[in-house]
Amino acid sequence: MQTLSSLYDQIVFLLAALILFTSFVMLAQTRLISLVNLFALQGLLLAVTTVLVAVVQETAHLLVSAGLTLALKVLLIPGLLHYLILRMELHRTEDPIRRPLGLLLGAASLMVFSYYTILPVVHLSLLATRNLIAASSASFLLGMLLMISHRQAVSQVVGFMTMENALFFLAVVSTYGMPLVVELGIAFDVMVAAVIFGVFFFHIRESIDSLDVDALSALSESTVEEIQQGENLPQGE
Amino acid sequence: MAWLVNVLQIVLFVAASPLLVGWIKKLKCWSQNRRAPSILQPYRDLAKLLRKETVVPERASWVFRLSPYLIFAVAVLACAIVPLLAVHLPTAALADVIVLVGFLALARFFQALAGLDVGTAFGGMGSSREMTIASLAEPAMLMVVFTLAVSMGTTNLASAIETLLHQLPLIRPSFVFAALGLALVAVAETGRIPVDNPATHLELTMIHEAMILEYSGHHLALIEWAAQIRLMLYGALLVNVFLPWGLAESFDPSSLGLGLLAIAVKLGGLAGLLVLVEILLAKMRLFRAPQFLGFAYLLALVGMLIHVILEVG
Repeated sequence: MQTLSSLYDQIVFLLAALILFTSFVMLAQTRLISLVNLFALQGLLLAVTTVLVAVVQETAHLLVSAGLTLALKVLLIPGLLHYLILRMELHRTEDPIRRPLGLLLGAASLMVFSYYTILPVVHLSLLATRNLIAASSASFLLGMLLMISHRQAVSQVVGFMTMENALFFLAVVSTYGMPLVVELGIAFDVMVAAVIFGVFFFHIRESIDSLDVDALSALSESTVEEIQQGENLPQGE
Repeated sequence: MAWLVNVLQIVLFVAASPLLVGWIKKLKCWSQNRRAPSILQPYRDLAKLLRKETVVPERASWVFRLSPYLIFAVAVLACAIVPLLAVHLPTAALADVIVLVGFLALARFFQALAGLDVGTAFGGMGSSREMTIASLAEPAMLMVVFTLAVSMGTTNLASAIETLLHQLPLIRPSFVFAALGLALVAVAETGRIPVDNPATHLELTMIHEAMILEYSGHHLALIEWAAQIRLMLYGALLVNVFLPWGLAESFDPSSLGLGLLAIAVKLGGLAGLLVLVEILLAKMRLFRAPQFLGFAYLLALVGMLIHVILEVG
């Protein structure tokens, strides 16, 4: 029994590391299609974790939320995003990152930061998997960083969903899931959010002719080309 | 007995490295639907080069003449540090993995100097590229080493691997990252696709080939052989640190035989993986290489952080 539970802990740790890793790779990703694929992979890892926790901790209702995760975050939302990307012909556009290495170093320092802030909690908790709090909060912050650093609306939606994934992971491994009603509610929220985002993509593109959200901050008379030209000018002139 | 096995292992390392290259070439040909040369072809190439006349450029200094011997000698010395078949080796206990990084850097330094020495444009260009990549690969490599050292409590390869062998089949998340980081460094350092392409002499892209363009005869044979040893070195490092099972802990023939079988299977599998990656990826532009190696560094760094976050507390 001892070896089984330590094996369980190790597998959960490995899954946590892999989820963190997918968040990390997403940050450096410039292609929207690969970004969505990575998001689907993260959802799959999340579903595997949930099934594992459900089986080992004998919490049957987690199987339901694992099924929901699989249906929503692996199939439905990535499918929807794929459809939107193809429909708006964004599959060949790049979402440029200004300083990829600086961004990734920032991500690494966010990991240190989240570990530092979670340290008091780790000392208080008796749970074997308490260290995962730091890993999932780092993943949460990485999702936020993804939203800040990327400029395409699709990437920002993926960043938002990544943050939700991190919270869900935290709930599953540290408290063996939330009440089923809450989980159903969140799943429904996420699905509705995905649909609304989809509608908004079309509206944003219709009004500014691009999904680059930086263009939203410009005055309506200037076109996107002018804004992009303006960015290329050296600063301070 | 230990010294005998040790010497045997170094000889095996040096002798088997062209075989690994031959195997990689064979796999690559098969994957591209070409007829493969014999697996012994690298030996024949080396033998041919050793027989041929060695021409040295008129203006070459002693650095040019010394470099091939030095590069080869350093590669052989580096073989003494990395356990291939067995762990308890006298030479492996003498030096730790930082010395290994130092050896590789020394060989690279002389290779770059030799490229510069004759004063051709290609040589200088190759050297400059090689040093650019090396200066980025070395921190990444050291970061992997530190991750290993922090979690094992030692920088000595042999004792780290021994600790790993005696533990339960642990899954260490930090090692997953460190292994990926080391794999990226190995690809860059051994000049494989996507960083360099060992099969071409295209002047726009070549790195390693540009530096050794002026070498011929047995000088060239030594350098080529050293490059093959380096490939095997990184391969052995990857498989024996991150999948150490099968390494012999005693020197009786049966466990050594098992060790030989294990390393052959592991390196053969690793070669398959390498070929798979090479046929899937296109060669990168040279200016993308810093990003590639920066990613390797960050993988190793994240491995270290994950070790601190998940495995210590």
